Amino acid sequence: MSEEKFTDINGKPISLECRSHSSFCREFVVSAPKVSLRAVMVCTCAVWLSAYAAFFVTKNTAVLSSAIVTTLVGMMVHIHLIKIDHERLLIVGSLGVQVSSCFASGRESATFIEMSSIKDIVINEAIHMQRVIYYLCILLKEPSDPNGVSGVVPLFQSSKPRLNCLVKIYKSCQEILGQC
Amino acid sequence: MVLKIFFPQCCNRADSGLLVGRWVPGFDSVVVLAVIHYPFIPGQVKKYLSEMQSAIQLELTVLGSWSMPKDGQEGMDSFLKDLSTIFPQGRWLQLSRELGKRGFACQVIGRDAAVPPRGQPKEGGDDEKEKVIFIHYDQRKVMLSHLHPAHGQEPAAEGVSELRLVFQTVAQSQPLFFLDKYDDGPIKLTHWQSEGREASILVELIKQASVPMCCVLLRATGVRVTGSWRVLNMWPVRFVSSKLSTCVQLSHRTEHLQTISSPRRAQQHADFMRKANIFVSFLVDIALGLLLISWLYRENRIGRLANTLVPVADHVAKELQELLQWLMGAPAGLKMNRALDQVLGRFFLYHIHLWISYIHLLSPFIEMILWYVGLSACLGLTFALSVVSDIVALLTFHIYCFYVYGARIYCLKIYGLSSLWRLFRGKKWNVLRQRVDSCSYDLDQLFIGTLLFTILLFLLPTTALYYLVFTLLRLGVVLLQGFIHLMIDIINSFPLFAGGLRLFRPYRLAEGVKFKVLCEEPGMSLHLMMEINPLKLSTAVQQYRIPTYSCYPKDSWAALCKKLFVGDLIYPWTPLHKGSKED
Repeated sequence: MSEEKFTDINGKPISLECRSHSSFCREFVVSAPKVSLRAVMVCTCAVWLSAYAAFFVTKNTAVLSSAIVTTLVGMMVHIHLIKIDHERLLIVGSLGVQVSSCFASGRESATFIEMSSIKDIVINEAIHMQRVIYYLCILLKEPSDPNGVSGVVPLFQSSKPRLNCLVKIYKSCQEILGQC
Repeated sequence: MVLKIFFPQCCNRADSGLLVGRWVPGFDSVVVLAVIHYPFIPGQVKKYLSEMQSAIQLELTVLGSWSMPKDGQEGMDSFLKDLSTIFPQGRWLQLSRELGKRGFACQVIGRDAAVPPRGQPKEGGDDEKEKVIFIHYDQRKVMLSHLHPAHGQEPAAEGVSELRLVFQTVAQSQPLFFLDKYDDGPIKLTHWQSEGREASILVELIKQASVPMCCVLLRATGVRVTGSWRVLNMWPVRFVSSKLSTCVQLSHRTEHLQTISSPRRAQQHADFMRKANIFVSFLVDIALGLLLISWLYRENRIGRLANTLVPVADHVAKELQELLQWLMGAPAGLKMNRALDQVLGRFFLYHIHLWISYIHLLSPFIEMILWYVGLSACLGLTFALSVVSDIVALLTFHIYCFYVYGARIYCLKIYGLSSLWRLFRGKKWNVLRQRVDSCSYDLDQLFIGTLLFTILLFLLPTTALYYLVFTLLRLGVVLLQGFIHLMIDIINSFPLFAGGLRLFRPYRLAEGVKFKVLCEEPGMSLHLMMEINPLKLSTAVQQYRIPTYSCYPKDSWAALCKKLFVGDLIYPWTPLHKGSKED
């Protein structure tokens, strides 16, 4: 287990955890910063203040209860569907690669790609808004053409770590891919 | 190379014995299906395996030995080693568990009897060390599940996937799991069903009753279909029945019944899902229809409905008459051509008068008609909705007629205008070459042409206004009918069985698998837990949609606007003609 100071492309601190379960099985966990209390308080206060203002004008209590319901539903939707807590990459030599994202509510959505359909794991450049960033991706094999690439699966899309973090993960993955 | 052993969870605590399974061809992996316990006679084991092999069409072999030490059972190790000579294999696996440890130990013995050291996860070993991964799977779930091809890939290209082969192996080995530990036979097995087969009496009864019922249904629908063909082959009946959505829905449902009642069992997963979806949606449809009937036939609702129907038709006719009077005057301040206005207005007014007389003629019978027609809702809610759609179409038939008249007159006018406009400029449409060519006309041709052009041009606003008004009315009716048809289509095509399966038995529709690393102990091989990753609900619904006669408009918006401008008649939907069945 090792943790160093890494940041994502926007400068926010993230943490990387590398676990080696065996000589051919490694797991990388990139954690994004948690939901900040300040942002939650600001949003809630904004919604409730505007609800009080509306109540003052219309004298209808339905405005207040709808504000409460909106806040609750919004928070649940945010932690269950939007806020990704950490992203995990599990690579098992000669079996495949599993990419999973865990949301703040604990929900985990995973995809498994078999080793027979993986061509390589590379670091690519991309133009994202107004800047050029690096991202790690898996190249998939084309069944008909041995030299072709049928698809690209980008990894760590929501945490977007910087190059130093990606290089570390890349070197580890290449060791395992080179074995099989 | 790493050897992958797919080990069922049910055999984690099995007594010592022989491992039975299959080596996955083309990959360095093996699927363990069951454990045969001591005491056994090797000859009988071989006979049983060859019987199973011919039943399942898979290469089942004895993979190796499994040893789970219990108190008072030492000295098994040497016995286990000798077994490898009785069952000659390419590779012999010796799996063993120790009391107090959660991991397995594995030794792989090659054919040349070279014994490599135990699989160690530490680095810096020789190249000949065999590394082993244990992948635990839930046998029952993997057996029942169907692995869907990945998004965007055809099923044929998936043949070389290792996981697909594993799933197929377990699914095809169902006959192996029929022997449980209570059977008095020479062989004692442990697998997921070894505690005894469970079944439900209701399910078995339904299975027994379904075959004769299917035959009866098939006979019934067959008779109805062939007997009525002679009547339906006459052209007017065929034309009318292709326009009425009730008849279309009826033929659609008959097709469904024929699909469900075929006595052959569905072999492919897709066929099975299709049959199940049709069956469940049929049942739900009929249930909703019966619910509707029970609500409709209470408190004399039919009578009240019938009593409001005629006044509504009267009201619509009166509104139309007022509209026409408005058009015949100076609508929105526009000045119309008096004579043409009067002619068109009186023509349409006469139509409305005829229509109202017919409605009034029918009014004493409407309640009875509605009562009997409402009974057809017992065939399903979709029938009730299609009957409503047909009633709307019949009641607004005069609007449809007006639209057709207005559109035809407008269309003729536009074509005439465009052709005379070309004459005005000295050009002509060359039909052979499909283009506009110049042409020299005689003086009297030019004179008549220009005269006609002027007449048509000045009559254009009047015709255009009538066309606009009736097209808008017609579009309103089309929107209403389209909405009803959308409801019918949703009920027809929504795969309720697939949705329910995804919600309540998510492991049966698998999109892929998930792996979890089980806690490891130093010195033991890697253990992974394989779980089934279910299909997303939206993907399941999209994939298993029941195909319908889908009457969506075929034109794009641009083509529709062009047709409206030129005056072509728009047919918002044409139910697919079932002409192919009559051949």
